[in-house]
Amino acid sequence: MKKEIIKIENLKREFRMGTETVHALKGISFDIKEGEFVTIMGSSGSGKSTMLNILGCLDQPTSGLYEIDGVSVKDLSRNELATIRNEKIGFIFQSYNLLARTSAIENVELPLLYNSKVSTEERRERAIKALEMVGLGERLHHTPSQLSGGQQQRVAIARSLVNNPVMILADEATGNLDTRTSYEIMSLFQELNKKGITITFVTHEPDIATFSSRTVVLKDGEIMQDYQNHNVQSAATELAKLPKQDH
Amino acid sequence: MRLLNLFKIATKAIILNKTRTLLTMLGIIIGVASVIAMLAIGEGSKESIRESISAMGSNMITIKPGADDKGAVRGSGGDVQTLTLQNYEVIKEKASLLSYVTPVVNGSGQVINGSNNWPSSIYGVNPDYIKIKVVGLQSGSMFTDAEVKSASKVAVIGQTVVDNVFPDGQDPVGQMIRFNNIPFKVIGVLEEKGENTFGQDQDDVVLAPYTTVQKRILAIDHLNQIIASAISEDEASKAVTQVTELLRSEHKILDNEEDDFTVKSMEELISTFSSTTEMLTILLVAVASISLLIGGIGIMNIMYVSVKERTKEIGLRMAVGAKGADILMQFLIEAILISITGGILGVLLGLGASVFIEQFLGWPTSVALYSIIISFAVCAVTGIFFGWYPARKASALDPITALRYE
Ligand SMILES: Nc1ncnc2c1ncn2[C@@H]1O[C@H](COP(=O)(O)OP(=O)(O)OP(=O)(O)O)[C@@H](O)[C@H]1O
Ligand SMILES: [Mg+2]
Repeated sequence: MKKEIIKIENLKREFRMGTETVHALKGISFDIKEGEFVTIMGSSGSGKSTMLNILGCLDQPTSGLYEIDGVSVKDLSRNELATIRNEKIGFIFQSYNLLARTSAIENVELPLLYNSKVSTEERRERAIKALEMVGLGERLHHTPSQLSGGQQQRVAIARSLVNNPVMILADEATGNLDTRTSYEIMSLFQELNKKGITITFVTHEPDIATFSSRTVVLKDGEIMQDYQNHNVQSAATELAKLPKQDH
Repeated sequence: MRLLNLFKIATKAIILNKTRTLLTMLGIIIGVASVIAMLAIGEGSKESIRESISAMGSNMITIKPGADDKGAVRGSGGDVQTLTLQNYEVIKEKASLLSYVTPVVNGSGQVINGSNNWPSSIYGVNPDYIKIKVVGLQSGSMFTDAEVKSASKVAVIGQTVVDNVFPDGQDPVGQMIRFNNIPFKVIGVLEEKGENTFGQDQDDVVLAPYTTVQKRILAIDHLNQIIASAISEDEASKAVTQVTELLRSEHKILDNEEDDFTVKSMEELISTFSSTTEMLTILLVAVASISLLIGGIGIMNIMYVSVKERTKEIGLRMAVGAKGADILMQFLIEAILISITGGILGVLLGLGASVFIEQFLGWPTSVALYSIIISFAVCAVTGIFFGWYPARKASALDPITALRYE
C-alpha cells in the first residue's frame, strides 16, 4: 500500500464578492497516493484551478482538511509553505506566468534562486537541462515576447521540473500545444511519473486523460466521477503513430 | 549566497526598468542637488562677510553716540552729540586694553584739483587710524600727531580720489587739492582696498587731521565716533566692557539708566551681519527643502506604483518559493540602490552647481558636510520606506491573490 501524498477532506473554497458568495469548491474529499498520475477534468468554471491552487499551497481553503505528506497545511507557517513550494512542488499555471522581458533560462532558474543549496553553476546547468527536456534547447535566451504561446508553455513546464519536485501540479499544461508536442510533453510526464514523481494534471482533452492512471471529474465544485484507468496508453507509442512531419 | 541572488535580482530589475529608475532618481538628484547648492550659497555668503569684516581689522572696536538702535547697523548715531573729545582723551589715557584709539569726524563734499572735481567723504582722524584699519600707504606718509595738534591742512587720499582728481597720472603727493574749498596738501596715498562686502568703495576717501576737519570743514566740537583696536582679538570683549565703564562714568550715567553710546567689537558686528545672512540661508533652504520634499514625493509615487504593478511578479516569486523576507529584501535592495545612486549623483550635481555658481555668477559658495548628509539621508529614507512599505504589503498576500492582481 503506497502512502498518501495528498489527502483532502470536505474541502471548501468560497469567494466573497461583495454580498454574493461563490462556492467554487463545495466540500471535496479524496486522496492521491505517491506515484499516481491523476488527471482532473470538468467543464469550465467547475473549480479545477481553484482546487489545484490549494493543492499547490498557493491558496488557502475556506474550510476542510488538507494534508500534504501527512502534515496539515493549516499548521504550516508561511515560510514553511514557501519551502514546500520551492523544493517539493512543480506548479504549471494555466496562464504560464512567466516574467516578462526575462530570458527563458532565467525564468526557468527562478525557483532555484530561492534555494540556497543550489550553486550558480548548478542552477544554470539544471535550467539548461530542463529546457532541453521540453525541446527548447535552442531558445535559452529568448524572452517570452519572442516565443510562441506553446513555447512559453514549455518554458513554464521546464520551470516546474527544474527543482526536481516530488509532485507536479499542472493546470492545462498542454492547452496551447499541437497534438504532436502535447504527446511529447505527455511522454515526458509519463517518464517522470515512472521515476516516482506524483502528477496531477488538469485537462479538457479526453485523449490526454488516457495517459493517466486515474481521472477525477469535477462539476460545479463537486466530484462527479473518480475512476482508475486500467488501460493506460503510452504517449510515446501514440506519438510514434502520428503521421511524420516533413521538415 | 541567497543575499547575493537577491542583489542580482534587484540589479536586474533596475536595469530592466531603466526609464522608471531614472525618473525616480531624477527626483532624488534634483532634491539633493538643490539643497546642497542652496546651503552652499548661504554658507558661502556668511563666510565671505565674516572674512571681509575681519579684513577691516578684527581687533577693531567702534564707539558710537546714541543707544544701540537694534539692527540698524549703518545708522551712525545721526545727530546725537554725546561723544566728545574729552571722552576720547579719557579713553586714550585709561583704557589699558586698547592699543590704538582715534576720534572720527566725517563729512562729505567735493574734492577739487583744477578743473577736476569729485564728490567724496572726508574723515578727520589721528595717525592711529591706519593702524586700526590695517591699511598701508602706497606713497608719501601719514600725517603726524604734531600736524594733528597744529590742525595742519594736510590730507592722505584713497586711490579712487586719485583716479578722479589726478586723471593724467600725475603724482598726487605734494600737490594741493581743495575739499569744500579748503586747500589741503596731499602728503600720502592709501593702499588700494577695493569694495567691502556692502559694496562701499573703501578707496573713495580723504583722511585729514580731526582737528582740521572739526574746525575748517564741519565746524563742530563733538565726535561722530571713536574707533580703537584692542590689544588682541581675545581681549576685544573685555576692552568693550572697559570702554563702556569708562564712558558711563564720564557721562555720569546712573546704574539704572541705559548707555547713551554704543560700543561694539568686530565679533558683535559679525554676528549682526551673520543673522542677516542666516535669514537668507533659511529662505534658500526652505525653497530647497520644498524641492527635496517634492523629490521625496516623486520617489514615493514611483516606488509605490512600481511595487503595485509588480504585484503579479511578487506573486510568481512567492509561488516558486520566495519567502516574504526574500521579497522584502529584494525591494529594499532595489530602493537602496536607487536612492544611493540618485543621492550620489545629486551630491555630485550639487557640488558642480556650487562650483558653477561661484565661477560664473561670482557668488561665494561653501559646501557644508551636514547639508550633504541631511539631504542624502532624507532622500534615502523616503526611497527606502516607500519601496519597503508596499512590498511588505504585497508579500503578505497569498501567492495566488498576488498573481491575480491586475
Ligand atoms: N478569485 C476569485 N474570485 C471570485 N471567484 C472566483 C475566483 N477564482 C475562481 N472563482 C470562481 O470559482 C469558480 C471556479 O473557478 P476555476 O478557475 O477553479 O474554474 P476552472 O475549473 O479552472 O475553469 P477553467 O477550465 O475555465 O479554467 C468559477 O465560478 C470562478 O468564477
Ligand atoms: Mg482553470
